[in-house]
Amino acid sequence: MILTRLLRDDRGGQILLGSLLILAVLAPVLNLALPPDHPLYLSTYTLTLLGKYLCYALLAVAVDLVWGYLGILSLGHGAFFALGGYAMGMYLMRQIGERGVYGNPELPDFMVFLNWPELPWYWWGFDQFGFALLMVVLVPGLLAFVFGWFAFRSRVTGVYLSIITQALTYALMLAFFRNEMGFGGNNGLTDFKDLLGFDLQADGTRVALFLASALALALGYLACRALVLSKLGRVAMAIRDAEERTRFTGYRVDRVMLWIFTFSAVLAGIAGALYVPQVGIINPGEFSPLFSIEIVIWVAVGGRATLYGAVAGALLVNYAKTWFTGALPEVWLYALGALFVLVTLFLPQGIAGLGRGLGSWGGRWRRGEARP
Amino acid sequence: MKLLDQTRQLLRRDQVFEFLKPEINPDLDVSHRTLLYMEGVSVSFDGFKAINDLNLYIDAGELRCIIGPNGAGKTTLMDIITGRTRPDTGSVWFGQVINLLKLSEPEIANAGIGRKFQKPTVFENHSVFDNLELAMAADKRVWPTLLARLTAEQADHIDQVLETVGLLEQRQRPARVLSHGQKQWLEIGMLLVQRPRLLLVDEPVTGMTHQEMDRTAELLTSLAGEHTVVVVEHDMEFVRSIARKVTVLHQGSVLAEGGMDAVQANPRVIEVYLGEAGSC
Repeated sequence: MILTRLLRDDRGGQILLGSLLILAVLAPVLNLALPPDHPLYLSTYTLTLLGKYLCYALLAVAVDLVWGYLGILSLGHGAFFALGGYAMGMYLMRQIGERGVYGNPELPDFMVFLNWPELPWYWWGFDQFGFALLMVVLVPGLLAFVFGWFAFRSRVTGVYLSIITQALTYALMLAFFRNEMGFGGNNGLTDFKDLLGFDLQADGTRVALFLASALALALGYLACRALVLSKLGRVAMAIRDAEERTRFTGYRVDRVMLWIFTFSAVLAGIAGALYVPQVGIINPGEFSPLFSIEIVIWVAVGGRATLYGAVAGALLVNYAKTWFTGALPEVWLYALGALFVLVTLFLPQGIAGLGRGLGSWGGRWRRGEARP
Repeated sequence: MKLLDQTRQLLRRDQVFEFLKPEINPDLDVSHRTLLYMEGVSVSFDGFKAINDLNLYIDAGELRCIIGPNGAGKTTLMDIITGRTRPDTGSVWFGQVINLLKLSEPEIANAGIGRKFQKPTVFENHSVFDNLELAMAADKRVWPTLLARLTAEQADHIDQVLETVGLLEQRQRPARVLSHGQKQWLEIGMLLVQRPRLLLVDEPVTGMTHQEMDRTAELLTSLAGEHTVVVVEHDMEFVRSIARKVTVLHQGSVLAEGGMDAVQANPRVIEVYLGEAGSC
């Protein structure tokens, strides 16, 4: 019942969740049940690639929630994604145990290499999966909460806030690049072996991770949709459109912003945690401002303030990226730039706006009102 | 033994610690008839005295018009009452017990002071009904807002207010398609659903046609009594049509106060207005 209430009047969301369901049934079957030489066989590589896209899509939904509905253009959401990823990566590192190159059961390889005598305190507990999951949620959430507490209370908004978020992720990138931080420096964390005892290279594990990503995206989408439909969601849009008015109407604008921003950061962290075991590495590159800007482009291409548009944008742009970096690697950044400019000029509401336009045109055409 | 006594004091179950007491006294005390006290208020921006030793008293249930030439400090006055600007000196009290200088903007709004901006500001992308629902008096903290459901009683109240401001027909339309005058009324409606004691209305008839102006005058006069209304306005004709008591501001302090005719006959007022625009 909740589902029907959330998805009523949300054609895009219905299509999204429907396709996710079909994909979640079809992809594992095509991968596991068919022999590799069958024409319909889905390679594990493609399956993992799809899983990676779904993590990006969840990240895009998180950004759309704060940008589209709250008016906060965050150019630093990559930081929350990366922190969630690092938390998962630390767990995977601890799972390697003595199978590392140096065969040290207590220390990850890079610490042995740096001659560290013992595990630093902030690595304690990461051999427990439950603890790692908690950190996946807590670390990005806490950072967003503290950051938001100061930023929103001092009424930093608009372009200034965007610049500060950008600085935040940049500072974290520089910090994580340092070997002394104890997160593997510029190599990051990699060479993972297994997750909860399951081999990360096995097809079954890949399928499970893919399904977990699809489920996380579906739940994340529904949670954001519920938030947007609630009175709080309408207050958020009111803040986006007329912040001062909302304040004089009696709402603590800073608190509303703080909680929604924190929630969005947690979603980004979960996306990062699902992303890392599928790609097999996490390094400070995920903190780079460029990546965070790319996320914003996905949302802009898909269409702001629709949620499903963010998913469409993330899938489309990342598919294009995979194709371009394979076929014409030197053209990719130009193509991305051109895409952003073209969308801004001709499709200000993104793919979602195009879909809505076609929908209403189709309706008129069926009724015989439209001109060719 | 002293420590033990102190501990015992700390554990007494009937005491309420100072820091736990709510800062806002929810019961507005207007037993002395005065709803708003402003005394000795001054504020300056970069050396320019926008408000200069201003004293203003508004009685409960009154409809007060504040006029004055440009730069007299009318909007700054509203900013001080609603907490947007903090005065350098002076005191501002709402009733006998609420010190407005200690509250933030949302707290002041929730204490019962509603403000209509000079430029009509409504939530453009929300429907007219939603505009009122968001403005309605309720627990406006984050979690209660997340879980809030509209009761039938509240919906009725909103419809009632929509009828008062004459926007029942526009109920489900987005606020951005309303005409300028309708937006002004919607904003007044948003103030009404907040159930405020004091309504601050900044230039309500700017850009309105004559019919719209008449309707607004009717609306504001009908609100006085149950609510206290303070109107800041440039349009003298409009002020004359609604005013019972007028306060003239000049250079940040009160120049004259009284009935419209008495104020207009006041030689100092004439001087100020002739010096400014030559009309009054």
